[in-house]
Amino acid sequence: MISVSNLSKNYGNVKAVDSISFDLKDGEVVGFLGANGAGKTTTLKMITGYLVPTNGEIKVNGLDIVDNTSEIQEMIGYLPELNPLYTEMRVYDYLEFLGSIRNIKGSDFKQALSRVVDKCGLSGVVHKVIADCSKGYKQRIGLAAAMIHDPKILILDEPVTGLDPNQIVEIRSLIKSLGKEKLVFMSSHILQEIQATVDKIIIIDKGKIVANGTNEELMSDFMGNVSLEMEVMKATKKSAQELQAKIPSVKFISMEKSGGVQKVNFEYPKDKDPREDIFKYAVKSKWVILKMMPQTTNLEDIFRNLTSSGASNE
Amino acid sequence: MNSTRAIFSRELKGFFNSPMAYIFLVIFALVNGYFFTNTFFLFGQSDLRALFDIVPLVYLFFIPAVSMGLISREKSIGTMEIMATLPLSSFEFVMGKFLAALSLILLALFSTSIHFLTLLSVGTNVDHGAVLCGYLGLALMGATYAAIGTYASSVTENQVVSFIIGVFIVLVFFMLDKTLLFVPYSLAGIIQFLAVDYHLSNIARGVIDTRNLIYFISMIAFFLFLTVQTLEVRRWR
Repeated sequence: MISVSNLSKNYGNVKAVDSISFDLKDGEVVGFLGANGAGKTTTLKMITGYLVPTNGEIKVNGLDIVDNTSEIQEMIGYLPELNPLYTEMRVYDYLEFLGSIRNIKGSDFKQALSRVVDKCGLSGVVHKVIADCSKGYKQRIGLAAAMIHDPKILILDEPVTGLDPNQIVEIRSLIKSLGKEKLVFMSSHILQEIQATVDKIIIIDKGKIVANGTNEELMSDFMGNVSLEMEVMKATKKSAQELQAKIPSVKFISMEKSGGVQKVNFEYPKDKDPREDIFKYAVKSKWVILKMMPQTTNLEDIFRNLTSSGASNE
Repeated sequence: MNSTRAIFSRELKGFFNSPMAYIFLVIFALVNGYFFTNTFFLFGQSDLRALFDIVPLVYLFFIPAVSMGLISREKSIGTMEIMATLPLSSFEFVMGKFLAALSLILLALFSTSIHFLTLLSVGTNVDHGAVLCGYLGLALMGATYAAIGTYASSVTENQVVSFIIGVFIVLVFFMLDKTLLFVPYSLAGIIQFLAVDYHLSNIARGVIDTRNLIYFISMIAFFLFLTVQTLEVRRWR
């Protein structure tokens, strides 16, 4: 279990991470989401003992990261951003090297090797030079390297960046299967990657946590109004405003004419669906409805609203 | 200890799995061999003095070149992050790197023993003690330079920059006792004691004095300590 409280990291005058707190439980897959430069990597580097926090505390299974760095590092498997590897080494040699640093030798190593080779699907490349492996395989090698000591906690920094769609699906399902027995904490700047894989999402922006919860919790917490997009014929602005007066939950937003069709936009609160009433009113006022489509806010919009830099990119 | 051995053997295998070690060893043997045999038969003296004069000069560039990639390369390809997040202390890491470089240097030094065989076959009244002391001195000097090179490679992620820094520091300690003419008398003693050449020449004369041994050992310890500190400080920035 990882417990982070009031954690901060300053680089000179820049506050990369600004007093964040969260708890991660065993057996969870947690996504750490944020735009580039939001403080994700810095946080992960502090949890893995690569950087020392400026302020605040990180406890892993009750041990403090500053006082018990190497005990914690024994429990954690870490895949850094961009997956650095000794590309001139053979896969087997690399894993054996990491094993010997972690004091896994002889028959223990043989077991550990067959476990990670099996889990990460490396059987075809064990004796290949890493540089000759495809990017997808390299990512699996990085994961295997992080798991050679069968850690209870896996920390993955952008594990699927730069992979093609098929490889992304593979790595995702690998991570999902790992999440059954381990605490997996993975960062990403792309929502879809995380949404499909994780149980819980933590969103960070400018060094602060702006959201923390399950998919559903985030949806219900942050989802605002539903906007209803309609295409109708024979409607007038006046009748649309009348509709708003008749059905109190509906708010008239705009109306535009293009060709013989009018595009009308309404908005309504997500818990009061007025579409039946709108339909009945439309029939009464002799509108011809060509299209009626509610646009629910999705996690993508929530993410974009919460992370300001994400919004400015669009 | 285990981790040091793992770092050491990976590094050493790395040297020999690439052309680097072979190129270094061949160049080292060729340069030393050329300058040694050039004068050996002319002077007709039964010692290896000529060799012991040339090796320190070759060291000046050879050792920073051997050690330039030790840590800087880990930094530039990002594996430093993996090393730093393994249950492995900076000291164990630095020791493994240093010992790997030292092994390659000692192997290079050993390759010059062929000249000793030449000496044995053509020379008379060979002073074995002096030769042995000369080699001990060169080994200690090599270890000192390797520690300096290890430090130079920890302060940057660029191997070329690391090489230049290494050559510079090594050159300073090498040149110190050549500046004695220009320094005040009161400082001369200290500067002479800091100069690596002064201690080497003492040992090479066949006198193994604890002062010289302490000098080499404390130089090695000092630069390895600096290296460990350089790696540790990064975590706090």
